[in-house]
Amino acid sequence: MEAATAVTWLPVCKTTDIPADGGACALVEGEQVAIFNFARRGEWYATQNLCPHKQQMALARGMIGSAGETLEPKVACPFHKRTFSLLTGECLNADECAIQTYPVKVEGDDVYIGWA
Amino acid sequence: MAPQHLPTVVVIGNGMVGYKFCEKLLAKSAAFNLVVFGEEPRVAYDRVHLSEYFGGKTADDLLMAPTQWYHDHGITLHLGDAVQEIDRASQTVHSRGGLVQPYDYLVLATGSSAFVPDIPGVEKAGVMVYRTIEDLEEIKAAAATSRVGAVLGGGLLGLEAAKALLDLGVEQTHVIEFAPRLMPRQIDAAGSAMLQSKLEALGLQIHLSKATASIGGNGRIDALHFGDGSILEVDMLVISAGIRPRDELAKLAGLEVGLRGGITVNDQMQTSDPRIFAIGECALHGGMIYGLVAPGYDMAEVVASQLLQGARAFTGFDMSSKLKLIGVDVASFGDPFIAEPHSRSIVYEDAHNGVYKRINLSPDGKYLLGGVLIGDADAYSMLLQTVNNKIILPPHPEDLILGARGGEGSDSGSNVLDLPDGALICSCEAVTKGMICDAVTDQGITTVDAMKKCNKAGTGCGGCVPMLKDLINGTLTAQGSYIKNVLCEHFDYSRQELFDLLKINDVRTYSAALDQFGAGDGCETCKPAVGSILAGLWNDLIVKQNVIQDTNDRYLANIQKGGSYSVMPRMAGGEVSPQQLMTIGRIAEKYSLYTKITGGQRIDMFGAHVSDLPDIWEELINAGFESGHAYGKSLRTVKSCVGSTWCRYGLHDSVSFAIEIENRYKGIRSPHKMKSGVSGCVRECAEAQAKDFGVIATEKGWNLYVCGNGGAKPQHAQLLAGDIDKETLLKYLDRFMMFYIKTADPLMRTATWLNKMDGGMAYLRNVVVNDSLGICADLEAEIELLIKNYHCEWKEVVENPELRKQFTHFVNAPKVKDPTMKFETMRGQKKVAEW
Repeated sequence: MEAATAVTWLPVCKTTDIPADGGACALVEGEQVAIFNFARRGEWYATQNLCPHKQQMALARGMIGSAGETLEPKVACPFHKRTFSLLTGECLNADECAIQTYPVKVEGDDVYIGWA
Repeated sequence: MAPQHLPTVVVIGNGMVGYKFCEKLLAKSAAFNLVVFGEEPRVAYDRVHLSEYFGGKTADDLLMAPTQWYHDHGITLHLGDAVQEIDRASQTVHSRGGLVQPYDYLVLATGSSAFVPDIPGVEKAGVMVYRTIEDLEEIKAAAATSRVGAVLGGGLLGLEAAKALLDLGVEQTHVIEFAPRLMPRQIDAAGSAMLQSKLEALGLQIHLSKATASIGGNGRIDALHFGDGSILEVDMLVISAGIRPRDELAKLAGLEVGLRGGITVNDQMQTSDPRIFAIGECALHGGMIYGLVAPGYDMAEVVASQLLQGARAFTGFDMSSKLKLIGVDVASFGDPFIAEPHSRSIVYEDAHNGVYKRINLSPDGKYLLGGVLIGDADAYSMLLQTVNNKIILPPHPEDLILGARGGEGSDSGSNVLDLPDGALICSCEAVTKGMICDAVTDQGITTVDAMKKCNKAGTGCGGCVPMLKDLINGTLTAQGSYIKNVLCEHFDYSRQELFDLLKINDVRTYSAALDQFGAGDGCETCKPAVGSILAGLWNDLIVKQNVIQDTNDRYLANIQKGGSYSVMPRMAGGEVSPQQLMTIGRIAEKYSLYTKITGGQRIDMFGAHVSDLPDIWEELINAGFESGHAYGKSLRTVKSCVGSTWCRYGLHDSVSFAIEIENRYKGIRSPHKMKSGVSGCVRECAEAQAKDFGVIATEKGWNLYVCGNGGAKPQHAQLLAGDIDKETLLKYLDRFMMFYIKTADPLMRTATWLNKMDGGMAYLRNVVVNDSLGICADLEAEIELLIKNYHCEWKEVVENPELRKQFTHFVNAPKVKDPTMKFETMRGQKKVAEW
């Protein structure tokens, strides 16, 4: 991960705090961060918790999944089902601005967010 | 004028069949000198649609072709001049007007006249027949001054005549039939009974097994006297007791005629004189007179072919027919009467909607032999094709009259596109399926009207028009793309298919379903859909797989603007005690919640923080409340009026029944939410008919209505069963609900479900009430399992620390509430700040 040198890894929570194939919200440096445990693929993702559509703190409560043949990982906001790529933060089904994504790493049962 | 050396064909009679013969012969060859004699003053007109003459059509509208057509095609036409003698020795015909016309071939298309039975008094004024445009004009004139009219004869034409009287505004119209039922030649006893009740509902008075002894009146009819001594006073009588072939000319010429009338012909339609042919209703073939237009046209085709040395022969004709009698569909096809042991019958009878259907199968169940349709004859064309083409029946032949149930292979054998190319679709004009489909693909025909122009299909009796439509659309669809109704990109199955797959394979988790039957990693569409299927199958605790649920089901509360949740305990039937009201008041005050009475007669508390939900529910549960499942795609409330316990109009205790129903089905997940209501009388204060299922008390019991909707597209619920007791009602409800749970698409309300169901309410009623699919025992067992597995989900969460832990906003700061949540005050309560 190229950006790894530029970020500070902040321990945020335990792996067991985030439900398998789901998400939860963590408070990181005063910001709301949605963390996703994509257990089916053994991957972790993190994004801003705010959905840009109606400015709701809700993405962590959204359902995750994949889109298309490339299996782009995504999350759907529970309010109006805007979906965003977990890789790029891009909105996949509407003309919303992209969301912030964060690097995540897991060591043992600790989950770290890469903070710039 | 045609050159002398061409053979001369003389046609006697310018009716529908006589005209059709000319048309068919000309289409094959112009090498004939064609001469036509017609007795009536006008050229051939459409007798089949004669009753439309009363509906505003003019005589000209009914013409088969204008006079100009005969001229354009070089036909010598003598109208209003009947032939009175055939001189076979000199091969000439002699007309009343003195014409002597030689012939090489003679075609008798003299048709028939109305049969008038020999009843004393038939000669009286006000007694008429129903046959020609002149007859109709006479009837019209008589109807203008008549209050009571009668039709003698309850056959096809008799009922047509009765319709004419109704249309003409005759106040009371009676139908007198000698046989014990209507249309005895076409339909069976049960079908006749259904037809009779429909016609009676439309204002006809029907008298069966009535022999008319005499017609009373001094010069003018005033009454009918029956054999049983009864008398019916009438102002006019239309006799429609059958037809009599016009064979007098043939008889005079020494041609062979049948004992009871009709000119005897062979398979080539030749009379006993090989130069003379007879076609249509005057011809007696194989001992039978064919009183329909389609066989007449076929006979015309045979003769046209014979004159050109063709080999076409007439070998009898299918007497299947479909018509609309006074707005009621009536059809019979194949052998409508065949019975055990030569056949097995499937009968569908719906007295409520006046629908009767019978199909007769071969004893091995493989072939369709015939049947009767009353009230709904949409399936007629397809059924007739199934008989005529000896198509092997699908495993559930009842689908043929009930409509397909969806799912695999259920419509095999009932799809018009499955017919062989040679299948005759329009028998009047002998147009096959292949010709119709080719017209679509090769000539770009896309409408029935264009098809009529292209190959004349559908221009005769019109019975095949629905099938033409299906063939055109089906062929067009086959050229384009086919859209399959699948869940989403991850599951290549419909909800119903997946429901069956997960059940058969005992799949209990979303991951297992995705591994075995899906692809990719799922999404926000298939996750809750599969969640709903799993809940409908096993009714496991929903929070065990909370990440596949929509947020409401994940947090067991309804998310509101701003990210707060609302809390709604169950108040079955809208009943709530003062103590419960105080508990709610106390809790709402403590957690600072906005309270409102909902449309479903309960109290909703808004503005709860996600981390407060378990505490709020703990207090509610301790006070005896349980989850109201307002967050679930499940039964919400059963609204009730106050009913007979307090209301002076109430017939039964609607509140108790509403509570019983709500508690029976609470928590069961369905494809979409369900709402219900129970009203204690017909005033319907609970608005039960706007619900997914509603119950209304009657004097004799309860009426059950289903598939109604308020919402964006309001739709009234329809009666599923009437005047039933509670036990029966719950049994039907069990079946109805489980059938919906199993077969609807994701997020499809019951109203849409019904609207998309082939066969609609009649089909649903047949499944639920008559167990037409034989699945009711399964449905009852399946829903019993769901009822047995009910949990108050909130009780489980409150008592389970692991589950409780999930109700936080920040996993790393469980005590901190979402600081972005903002509230304002309005009318003394809080509200969400606008987004």
